[in-house]
Amino acid sequence: MDMNAYLSMFIDESNDHLQALNENLLRLESEPEDLSIVQSIFRSAHTLKGMSATMGYEDLASLTHEMENVLDLVRNSKLKMDEFIFDTLFKGLDALESMVQDIVGGGTGKADVTAIVASLQSIVKGDYKTAVASTAASSAPSASVQQTGGILDEFQTSVIQQSIDSGHNVYYIEVEIREDCVLKGVRAYMVFDLLGKNGDIVKSEPSVTDLEQEKFDRSFSVFTISTLSQQELEAQIAAISEIEKVTVALLDLESLAMLNNAAAKEQAPAAAPAQAEPQSEAAKEEAGKQVSAARTQAAASSAPAAVSRTIRVDIDRLDALMNLFSELLIDRVRLEQLSSEIRRNDLTETVEHMTRVSSDLQNIVLKLRMVPVDSVFNRFPRMIRDLAKSLDKKIDLVITGADTELDRTVIDEIGDPLVHLLRNSVDHGIETTQERIAAGKPETGTINLRAYHSGNHVFIEVEEDGRGINREKVLKTAIKNGVVTEDQAKQLSDEDINMLIFAPGFSTADKISDISGRGVGLDVVRSKITSLGGNVTVDSALGRGTKFAVQLPLTLSIISAMLIKLGSEKYAIPLTSIVETGIIQKDQILNVHGNRMIHFRNAVIPLVSLSKVLDSPDFNEQSESETEIVVIRKGDKWAAITVDEFIGQSEIVLKSLGKYLTNIEAISGATILGDGQVALIIDPNALIK
Amino acid sequence: MGEELKVIVFSLAHEEYGIEVDKVRTIERLSPITRVPKTPSFIKGVINLRGIVVPVIDLRGRFGLEESATTENSRIIVVAVNEMEVGFIVDSANDVVDIDADTIDSPPEIVGGIKAKYLRGIAKFGDNRLLIMLNLSEVLNKSEIIQLEQLEV
Repeated sequence: MDMNAYLSMFIDESNDHLQALNENLLRLESEPEDLSIVQSIFRSAHTLKGMSATMGYEDLASLTHEMENVLDLVRNSKLKMDEFIFDTLFKGLDALESMVQDIVGGGTGKADVTAIVASLQSIVKGDYKTAVASTAASSAPSASVQQTGGILDEFQTSVIQQSIDSGHNVYYIEVEIREDCVLKGVRAYMVFDLLGKNGDIVKSEPSVTDLEQEKFDRSFSVFTISTLSQQELEAQIAAISEIEKVTVALLDLESLAMLNNAAAKEQAPAAAPAQAEPQSEAAKEEAGKQVSAARTQAAASSAPAAVSRTIRVDIDRLDALMNLFSELLIDRVRLEQLSSEIRRNDLTETVEHMTRVSSDLQNIVLKLRMVPVDSVFNRFPRMIRDLAKSLDKKIDLVITGADTELDRTVIDEIGDPLVHLLRNSVDHGIETTQERIAAGKPETGTINLRAYHSGNHVFIEVEEDGRGINREKVLKTAIKNGVVTEDQAKQLSDEDINMLIFAPGFSTADKISDISGRGVGLDVVRSKITSLGGNVTVDSALGRGTKFAVQLPLTLSIISAMLIKLGSEKYAIPLTSIVETGIIQKDQILNVHGNRMIHFRNAVIPLVSLSKVLDSPDFNEQSESETEIVVIRKGDKWAAITVDEFIGQSEIVLKSLGKYLTNIEAISGATILGDGQVALIIDPNALIK
Repeated sequence: MGEELKVIVFSLAHEEYGIEVDKVRTIERLSPITRVPKTPSFIKGVINLRGIVVPVIDLRGRFGLEESATTENSRIIVVAVNEMEVGFIVDSANDVVDIDADTIDSPPEIVGGIKAKYLRGIAKFGDNRLLIMLNLSEVLNKSEIIQLEQLEV
């Protein structure tokens, strides 16, 4: 069967399940007693196992299977969750994620998971508390055959079974190496070499890679199919130097059956309830609401119907729809122009109606591309948990407004900056537990991650109740790193000083940590957010905490812009960075150190000649006695740019200049005007130095 | 006989050039071009090609030939190479011919003042007509543009 057709579906669904697993595990960690969470974790793991087995990803399936075994015990109250189990399950999840990522990247999804599998198995066996290493110490082969029962998977068992059926010798070998041996890995390798020459190795414990890296105590065990007799094998292995003891046990169908029984005991409870589970769960939920027990079946079938109300659509198709709509928008503007020229009533009415319909359509098309920020936020709880653990801090992440929607293009870009901000909050913001207690704060720090709509923007805030920004320290570092001079420093307001932490090459961390503090973080955050047409501000009270607020445009594909003329050329300036427009007289222009400045609302701001920046061929404001200006803003810096004439405000569709023309100074893209001509979009950020 | 190539023939300063048909998106009459500031002079600007913004370069300028005013016959040939779409302004585009890939000879050092690296070869066709085949990825080589820009600065 051709699996490629199902691959994308598999990847999508695996990601969904992994996400669900992650979220539920985190929830479970905070409420370990809630068995209903375990149920849903179990269901996700079970579905994932089934899917990966069907698709032929054995490693994925076997790891999920082991996790499922652990969860099953927890679910049946045979096992209490503790930190070790959580950590192992999280490690397992990470491994699953990387395998799925490998599959996404065209790989085979294979990975060495023996270490995690071993810890999971030790949890199932209940002996993980008494250290995993001692398992191999036992010398009696028959006893250890039973003990290793869970280690052979179905595939390996069937290989052994077939070998025995066809008359081959199958051995279980335990080798112990002398205590004073220096190169244990080499000795192990020699044993494997010998076994490999005379037959096949089915399974080794620990795994071959672990053995080669000497990640074992003194003994290891091997299942092998060999042509040699029991005595020969024993003698040859014992002949390898520095081998303390070797035990070779011949396996027959009976001892294998014993193995199988041991394994089956573990699997049976896992498989049976898993099938019964979804229905009984649905039944339980419905029982409370509905009186009639006979409707249970109907209820169970109504649940999937509700799910299928959404469909997955290829992003490319949505992009194509958006492009087509953009063209329609251009034609609409053209039609409006024509109808106003022709002045025929019925034409004007029709065009007006079309305008209304197309603006509704525009709303829908834009909404289609909207994705809840949850798709970015959902990985943060896990990240914060791990960070907090590694820093030995106690931190609660409170997320609000995860259903706030943003354009997909923005969503794709906003992840990294937010990760930076959150890491910064965990590392620099929240104090250590001791410091918090000393400062009389609750032991556990809180990070609030909020998202909300406001006007044409979405705000995302990261607020913590940590130590706050130490402005003196910031100033000192800024002066030391040459970000500002001492003279400048005296004039800075508190807000200005806060913003200094976004300056390139700035870091107040006393020591560089893995998490943040290399001074590359925050300026990258700011430039990324600015490139998305947004901005970031910071608000802080020393000792009480810091709040970062990120403002983002709702969409990147259609923006409001001011169209201006420069001689024969037309340009668009994004409305978001325009403060206001005005007219100035030539004699209002001041000359300061050769720079042209103007007075504007009690401040002196630089005057930038757009015609000079853009090498305009047929316009120069020098010849005019009165010049139109547009005041633009970048952060808290302002500037006035001179233009020839205002055309008006318009919704424009952003177009890229293509791959041939990249990094053009002061130009961020292009748009197509109502008359079919291309107008370039000015990047106001490039005009303010 | 080697492989048959379908080639668009266009003229530039009295020479005939060829581009394989499968690299050509479309051939357009001249439409208004929007100048893009701070670019090399042979980049004439961008045009609106049915909703897509496409940069246009003057092949004469690109090859260092003398630029001339456009005429009624001037055309924009839009090619797609290495995921880039670029329009070439040429004097005229008037023919599609089949040529035998075996008849393409490696180019002499200089042909009509154009450096050999922009050329794929010279093909013979019809009654002793010569066709200069272009090496498009070299013509659209961006690192060279950067060098040119630095020279101009």
